[in-house]
Amino acid sequence: MSEEPLLKMRGVKLEGRSDETWNPIINGIDLTLMRGEVLGLIGESGAGKSTMGLAAMGYTRDGVRISDGSVEFDGIDLLKASAAVKRGLLGKRIAYVAQSAAASFNPAHKLMDQHVEGPVQHGVNGRGASEEDGIELYRKLRLPNPDQIGFRYPHQVSGGQLQRCMTAMAMSCRPDLIIFDEPTTALDVTTQIEVLASIRDIVEQFNTAAIYITHDLAVVAQMADRIKVLLKGDEVETADTATMLSAPTQEYTKSLWAVRSFERPLKPAVQTGSVPVVSVQKVDAAYGKVPVLHDVSFDMHAGRTVAVVGESGSGKSTTARCITGLLPPKAGQIMLDGEALPADYRKRSKDQLRQVQMIYQMADTALNPRMSIGQIIARPVQFYLGLTGAEKRKKVDRLLEQIELEPTEYYNRLPSELSGGQKQRIGIARALAAEPKFIICDEVTSALDQLVAEGILRLLARLQDELSLSYMFITHDLATVKAIADEVVVMKDGRVVEQGPKAEMFTPPHHAYTDLLLSSVPEMDPDWLTNLLAERGVDNIGDAAVDKM
Amino acid sequence: MIFGIVIALVGMAALAWGFRFAGQAITGNTPRFRDMPFGVAYGYVLGVLLLAWLVWAYIQGRSADPLIANKFFFLRIAVEGFLIFAVAAWLFRLLGRSVGTAWSRKMFRSMPLTASFGILTILIYATFAIFAGLIAPYGQEQILPGVAANIVPGGDPALGGDPAFLFGTDQIGRDILSRLIYGAQNTVGIAFATTVLAFLLGGTFGFLAATLGGWLDQVLSRMVDVLMAIPSLIFALLLMTIASVWAPQLGIPLTVFMVVIIAVIDSTRVYRLARAVGQNIVVMDYIEAAKLRGEGLGYLVFKEILPNATAPLLAEFGLRFCFVFLTIAALSFLGVGIQPPLADWGTMVRDLGGFVNYAQFAPLAATAPLLAAGAIALLTVAVNFVVDWMLHRSSGLKE
Repeated sequence: MSEEPLLKMRGVKLEGRSDETWNPIINGIDLTLMRGEVLGLIGESGAGKSTMGLAAMGYTRDGVRISDGSVEFDGIDLLKASAAVKRGLLGKRIAYVAQSAAASFNPAHKLMDQHVEGPVQHGVNGRGASEEDGIELYRKLRLPNPDQIGFRYPHQVSGGQLQRCMTAMAMSCRPDLIIFDEPTTALDVTTQIEVLASIRDIVEQFNTAAIYITHDLAVVAQMADRIKVLLKGDEVETADTATMLSAPTQEYTKSLWAVRSFERPLKPAVQTGSVPVVSVQKVDAAYGKVPVLHDVSFDMHAGRTVAVVGESGSGKSTTARCITGLLPPKAGQIMLDGEALPADYRKRSKDQLRQVQMIYQMADTALNPRMSIGQIIARPVQFYLGLTGAEKRKKVDRLLEQIELEPTEYYNRLPSELSGGQKQRIGIARALAAEPKFIICDEVTSALDQLVAEGILRLLARLQDELSLSYMFITHDLATVKAIADEVVVMKDGRVVEQGPKAEMFTPPHHAYTDLLLSSVPEMDPDWLTNLLAERGVDNIGDAAVDKM
Repeated sequence: MIFGIVIALVGMAALAWGFRFAGQAITGNTPRFRDMPFGVAYGYVLGVLLLAWLVWAYIQGRSADPLIANKFFFLRIAVEGFLIFAVAAWLFRLLGRSVGTAWSRKMFRSMPLTASFGILTILIYATFAIFAGLIAPYGQEQILPGVAANIVPGGDPALGGDPAFLFGTDQIGRDILSRLIYGAQNTVGIAFATTVLAFLLGGTFGFLAATLGGWLDQVLSRMVDVLMAIPSLIFALLLMTIASVWAPQLGIPLTVFMVVIIAVIDSTRVYRLARAVGQNIVVMDYIEAAKLRGEGLGYLVFKEILPNATAPLLAEFGLRFCFVFLTIAALSFLGVGIQPPLADWGTMVRDLGGFVNYAQFAPLAATAPLLAAGAIALLTVAVNFVVDWMLHRSSGLKE
């Protein structure tokens, strides 16, 4: 191409300050972006993706500095530009869409007031014209009720709609470059697909260049023309999307691509007449007067995994709260080994509590930050099994070995000194310490990178085979379901829509909702979204289709 | 007069503009000067002018003519004190960085000068309070025979001082230095005991309310609301008046009543904080995990919640200590606090307060009440510096 690139980053080095020294985050990366081109930036958390994206705007977070290199936007050196020049560019010609729209909008102002701020401040448009343009953008992004939605407050619209409002806001000055920082990571699959479709549409319509940061390969395959893979601040490789997907050259990229291939062998069907470890029987539950669960029933057998899927708000976690006894059901009961459990956890015996353990989604909040790893795991050992002194220590060491962490190295560490995946392993060890029969895994991998998540899934699978545990696996990620489940329960609006063995669930015919969930999971094929849109039409994907049911 | 102020402001504005322009020209337009807002340039100019005035005033304070020197006497003392404390704090930090364990050295390395000043001052106060009997040259209630009353501080016979009584004597001839040192023991010691009691009360009930919630939380919180609705000093005065009748009847020292009254009033603030912090912690998953494990209330509060609440509680402890300390001084000043002949800083300020009127022509005589007031102010500032630093550390903010 003979035309000048829009964004040219050369040898960019970034450093972050911690413990009074500057540590490298990005070690000299080049990045070139043409007008109208979409570049996917992928890597695990900590690879420096977001920092790199912000540096493309000549901006760094507090405690981070650009130590070397140049960032040139349309011939302007952003690192040497004065504050006044940057003020004229940022928001007007370069825009940014943050990961969590809910945390990035000011909750005290209406969406439209925040939308028009950019164009009015930059003198692109008057207030009236900006509002009209905003409504037009809302319509283009297929937001419901585009004439009115701008006059709501951020908390009055759903997460996916808010993310699209933020994209509209970024487009308000018709920028040449938008940086998308994981815009769909926090969304359900059905919501994600709508946001993806509308972002892609609008970027194409206005010929905007974009940097799309994500850790989800299937998503980036849909969005990007080119993909750049980062690992610990270094570039691994860059190539066209098609080339990158079909023929990655580097080992690391191949390993990323291979993650999704993990799948457990099928187990023989459950013998009829065997008593399930935990059985949920006709459970109705409500928060105060708001009913959440309606007539939920399913069984979980020894040594098997039941995956409970559904989008947020479908009642998956509430079911878990009923089983643990945190939320006593209004009707129905929970059976453990054929005996009814008291509804309230306070009325359950120590042994009943021991049998049902839980692993949480956010390992950060599930481990007491002031206790060492040894203390965290030792507590249930002492509490339930009554072990003390050397015996306790031996048991903790064995548990740490089971979760593949070296006991001598990790025993005295604090949770803050561990990585996300290691923290989740500690959560598993704490559950195992009680020697339970049944473990509830609440979205245990959704906060983790794919490689790390796969390690956790393999560990859980191995522990299940060794200890004959049964899992209730709550997730909204169908790739995880495919990998680990024996049986699947699909939930929607507090009801069980469909349930059965995995093989049955993944072969048609499905219930309409299951079908929608399955078809909304992005695939690695770069034409997947285009094909799906062609096949179903924009109004039959995502939330729009859910609403029609 | 107004014309003069306008001229000065305009002149400073012009200076600020010139300063920024010169900076841009000399440094070759580096970002520091290029992106400097006018307000910041104005601030620099204002700061430099203020500093220049301070230097001028200090030189005036050292003038040979007593009429001029007296006018700037207190400013001179303040500047000298500031410099001495700054150097002392710097030296103390240097010492801390080179002596001690790896942990303490690391702590001193990241410590701002204000915090090291605060720690040093608190250490000095603590030493005086603990070893008051050994350090003080005379007893706190000792009326020295043959010694004049109201000897001027400073120890200079020419100005009415006495080298044997460096800080002078009070209106009935007691040594002020000794009383200051014993005052550290009485005032600070009682304040410390009161704060600890307030934290035991407020912290326990606050965590209980946060953990159990429901009607217990409602009852406790509304009771605290009622107590907080009454102005605390007036409430304390009222209760102290009642207590001063009861104390001799029951044979319990009035000081005990004072400690309990202030502790109860201040524990309401601690309760609010402990409850708020506790509520943020009890919603964490690790608390849910502990509850589902079947843990008792004691384990939840002391092993799971308390360790995570120490940072904000410790910071509040420092702040609360200052308030309690000031309340005691205020009560003593009003005559219902620590009773004579026990030395107490608040009482000392009240007793010697009249001398402040001499500040214009005999500044040394006026320092007598200010010594005790200064002791209160210094400790308050020092504790706040340390508290600020601890808050900074616990919130993870970086400079």
